[in-house]
Amino acid sequence: MATNEEILGKIQEILANALGVDDEEVTPSATLVGDLGAESIDFLDIVFNLEKEFDIKIKRGELFPENLAAEGDGLAVDGIVTEDGLTKLRERLPHADVDGFSEDPKVENIQDLFTIDMLVKFVAAKTSDTQ
Amino acid sequence: MRWIWIDRFKELIKGTSARAIKNVTLAEDHLHDHFPGFPVMPASLMLEGMAQTGGILLGDLHDFEHVVILAKVPKVTYHSWAVPGDTLVYDAKLLDERAEGGTVEVIASVGERLVAEAEIVFVHLDDKDPELGGIDQKNFVFSMNLMGVMEVGKAGAAAPETGQSGNA
Repeated sequence: MATNEEILGKIQEILANALGVDDEEVTPSATLVGDLGAESIDFLDIVFNLEKEFDIKIKRGELFPENLAAEGDGLAVDGIVTEDGLTKLRERLPHADVDGFSEDPKVENIQDLFTIDMLVKFVAAKTSDTQ
Repeated sequence: MRWIWIDRFKELIKGTSARAIKNVTLAEDHLHDHFPGFPVMPASLMLEGMAQTGGILLGDLHDFEHVVILAKVPKVTYHSWAVPGDTLVYDAKLLDERAEGGTVEVIASVGERLVAEAEIVFVHLDDKDPELGGIDQKNFVFSMNLMGVMEVGKAGAAAPETGQSGNA
C-alpha cells in the first residue's frame, strides 16, 4: 500500500498537469480553489486522473459533492453554516478539516475544505478499501 | 460560415474510437489571411475538428441524450501543419467516460505525418441545469447540422466502384 507521502507525490504531479501549477505549490495545506485556482471543470479532470493513477473508482459527488450549502438545504443560515450543517459536512467530507472550518464557518469558506491534504487522505482511504 | 470542422465521418466504434477527415482547401477564406502567402490550417480550428470528432464519439455512447460541452483541453501539441490539398485525419480514442462527462485523446495526421495530438475533456450538462437556462435544443454540441457529417458520402456509397474508375 502506498504511503501518504507517495500519494502526495503523485497528486502533486496530477495537479501540476491539471491546473498548470508548479509541483512546489501543491503543498498539503494548499486549497484547490483559493491557492491553486481550480475551477469546477478542473474537478472532473482531477477525478479522472485520480481514478487512472490510483486505479480507484470515485462515485459522482463522492470527492467533490455538488451544490454544497445550496440554498434551501438547511446547511446554513444567513451565510453561516449551522451546527447541523457542520455535522452534515463532516459526513459528506470525512477527510476535510471541518473543525478548522468551524472557527469561521462562512458559506464562502466551504471551498477551502478542499485541500491537498484532504485529497491525500481520501485516496489513502480509497486505496486501503480496495486492498 | 458553418461551424463544421470535419468533412466526413469515416468510422465509429461505439464507446471506443472514431475517425473523421478534414480536407484543407484554398476555398476557405481564412486561409488567405492565415497567413498571406503561407496558407496553413489554423491550429485552433484543427482543435475544433478534433473536438467535434471526439464529441460525437462521446455523445454517441449515450445516444446523444446528454448536452455535451467542450470543457477543457489539458494537453495539446502541434508537431507540424496542414496546407491546402492535405487531408487531415482525426483519430479519437475514448479515454474515460462517466455520468459527468468524458475525456478523449485525438491524434491529427496527414498521411504518415503526425500533425497534432490533444486530450480533450467534455462535460455533460442536464437540460434542467440552471446554467443552461433557455437552451431548448436537444443537444448543444450536435446542433448546427454537425451531425450531418455522419451522412456524408452515404448516398454515393452505393455507386459501383467500376463506374468511378471508368471516369478517371
